[in-house]
Amino acid sequence: MKILYFAWLREKLGLAEEEITPPEGVVTVRDLIAHMAARSPAHAEAFAAGKGVRCAVNLDFATPDDPVKPGDEVAFFPPVTGG
Amino acid sequence: MPRILVQEAPFDVAAEMARLTASRDDIGALASFTGICRADDGLAAMVLEHYPAMTERALTRIAEDAMQRWPLTGCTIIHRVGRLTPGEPIVLVLAASAHRAAALEACAFLMDWLKTKAPFWKREEPREGAPRWVEARAEDDAAAARW
Repeated sequence: MKILYFAWLREKLGLAEEEITPPEGVVTVRDLIAHMAARSPAHAEAFAAGKGVRCAVNLDFATPDDPVKPGDEVAFFPPVTGG
Repeated sequence: MPRILVQEAPFDVAAEMARLTASRDDIGALASFTGICRADDGLAAMVLEHYPAMTERALTRIAEDAMQRWPLTGCTIIHRVGRLTPGEPIVLVLAASAHRAAALEACAFLMDWLKTKAPFWKREEPREGAPRWVEARAEDDAAAARW
């Protein structure tokens, strides 16, 4: 699974993307966030509750209940501020 | 088909307007909005980051949504990315229709949705001090929710 980071998440982690193999049982965005938060102290900080991290799965905005599966491209980022 | 562009280069508003009305006689209204980088609080520059693979797709959806809601003959969204300085245009939205209400409403809708549903992030570079990411505004969410 390809994980991408944008804006302050990318800066905080010092990482624009990483390839991961989530364990079985990671089937939703919510599961994936819990899994990612356990990867390192920096990840834990980035994904801490209340940070308002948003997600897109395969280029569509996703909610915590949306499914994820191996091979997906999943992006994490703060709320958007374009325009 | 909406015209969607994401680019570092500036855009030519007059040329874009002419493109939407060229060889048509059924357009009575062409509404436009240009967003410009403002020099708030000693801002030296604004850097716009985006999610390239997703951006065009998100913008196309927003534009197609506008074309379904209003009887538009055409619409254009051009959003710049990269480093912009105060006074420089950031975004252009155009909506063309037979009548002005549709064109003006669609233009406002496009901007409200663009601000909340397109994968762009702004980072401000002050003249003094550290750069900071612009936080999303609740007012923008409220504006988008009215549609």
